[in-house]
Amino acid sequence: MSTTSASDTAAAAATAAALASFDAVPARRSPLARFTKRATRHPGFMAGAVLLAVILVLSVGAPLFTAHDPYAQDISRRLIPPVWHDKGSWEHWLGTDKLGRDYFARLLYGGRISLMIGAATVLLSGVIGTALGVAAGFFGGRVDMVIGYIINVRLALPVVLVALAVAALVGTALNTVIVVLGLLLWDRFAVVARSTTQQIAHADFVAAARAIGCSTRLIVFSEVLPNILNPLIVVATLEMAHAILLEAALSFLGLGVQPPLPSWGLMISEGKQYMFFSPWVITIPGVALVALVLGINLLGDGLRDVTAPDNRS
Amino acid sequence: MLAFLLRRLAVALSVVLTVSVIAFLLLHLSGDLATDLAGPEASPEQVARVRVEYGLDQPLVVQYGHWLAGAVQFDFGRSFYFRESVASLLGDRIPITLKLGAIALGLALLVAIPLGALAAVKRGSWFDRGALAFCALGQAVPTFWLGLSLIIVFAVNLRWLPVSGNATWSHYVLPSVALGWYAIPAVMRLTRNGMLDVMASDYIRTARAKGLRPHTVIFKHALRNAVVPVVALAAVQFGFMLGGSIVVEAVFSLQGLGQLAWEAIARKDFPVVQAIVMLLATIYILLTFLADLLNAWLDPRIRVA
Repeated sequence: MSTTSASDTAAAAATAAALASFDAVPARRSPLARFTKRATRHPGFMAGAVLLAVILVLSVGAPLFTAHDPYAQDISRRLIPPVWHDKGSWEHWLGTDKLGRDYFARLLYGGRISLMIGAATVLLSGVIGTALGVAAGFFGGRVDMVIGYIINVRLALPVVLVALAVAALVGTALNTVIVVLGLLLWDRFAVVARSTTQQIAHADFVAAARAIGCSTRLIVFSEVLPNILNPLIVVATLEMAHAILLEAALSFLGLGVQPPLPSWGLMISEGKQYMFFSPWVITIPGVALVALVLGINLLGDGLRDVTAPDNRS
Repeated sequence: MLAFLLRRLAVALSVVLTVSVIAFLLLHLSGDLATDLAGPEASPEQVARVRVEYGLDQPLVVQYGHWLAGAVQFDFGRSFYFRESVASLLGDRIPITLKLGAIALGLALLVAIPLGALAAVKRGSWFDRGALAFCALGQAVPTFWLGLSLIIVFAVNLRWLPVSGNATWSHYVLPSVALGWYAIPAVMRLTRNGMLDVMASDYIRTARAKGLRPHTVIFKHALRNAVVPVVALAAVQFGFMLGGSIVVEAVFSLQGLGQLAWEAIARKDFPVVQAIVMLLATIYILLTFLADLLNAWLDPRIRVA
């Protein structure tokens, strides 16, 4: 009898100790602190963030970094090589293009175009894709079937070809390029929003919100959207990279951004005929494109790891 | 399985039909084609004659009906520019683009599958990290710029391969590398993840436990199962490549479908553009349909969904 009670007491003490040690665990850090800690330990995320920040600062603050006008032509100074060539000079340290325009200035101002097209396209395609995906995932049934069908149709259309055809027909203003790309690149948003919403739609807190009489609109905006935001941000980064590459390709093919705007794709296209003797005219904007897209992709992949649920590897 | 097949077939066919409406409307709602066709100096009578000659005076629905009835028999009307049937134009160009796509896909798989498998086997090693970094870098390189850089290095400086054209097999090497490049990261990641899943499974542990050589375990037991999803991805990637070949063909002056499409867009030769959009979309739908079937055949759980 006494042994039993002794073991009971021991068990109780053990439980108490366990509880005490549970209480002793420091309060969980705020989500932002956790995010910062994980992010700074993720080499890919940091590399991407630094790369993107450098490009962002350089292109947004372009006038601070170069005194040259990206549109000023000087026929007497055509195709000057960059400074690391024998004939290069520090006055145009990345050289000049076929019309004698300073290449560094064009590169910086061109970065603005890439960043703006990427951001604006993702904003448009993100709204379209998220709306479709959330509707499909939340309502299910017929709505899901119809939206799934729309996604299938969109996927079947060859993007480059349709974008080229539309650009040729309605014109190639900067806004048109953005609208065309935005209307074409929403599919991944829709697919991801749909599958994540499906998981959320059956969660207890959504049922609870419904039970206390929340409207569908309130549930979608205050329960579903905040919970699917992280994966959507990851998609947004990847699609931004995609949009920037597509704009460059369209401009290269002559149906994107038009001269004299300094789009990087257009710079490569204009340099093409001189690339055999002056290869830097295509190398420089190409490297800039690679750096920008790589930065965005690394940031996106990093974000996916950093914002993944707690029990990830 | 039959019910699943029929359901998927119905969906695929209706997607083709919807795409045909889009392809048709896309170019018909864009302004007055007769005026464009007749040229800037044409008199109103000439414009009117062109309108009748090409059937542009009829209601859209009738025009669409005519076009669709022809399209199902691979008759897409006549080109506005070449005065030749669109079908024969396409017929000349399709083999070139298919050849380019097939070589590009082959190259991509040949590089990506071994890389992915090896990265998974040596998980966490410098090789794995290097392969993943290569993927990230690879996805950031624009196809057209890669193509131009390949020309500078291998055709101009080293003089190993021709700059452009499609006369011999050697003309396809550089374009295929440029086109296949973009598919490598996706295939490599999928192979790697598939391998990681399979390598953690019980039957691999059994195979190792009974003393099979690591080579046999990896290549005969693990890789076989890990590449199954890659087959479906490869089908989809092939569809993307045919659509994306427009850029590569422009860089290398390869006279395939993409080049034809680009020229046709510039000339407002809309029967040709419509036909190519339709053809590429149909090939893509067919490929995804086959990939779906393959997956369902391999994994019975999918058939129910």
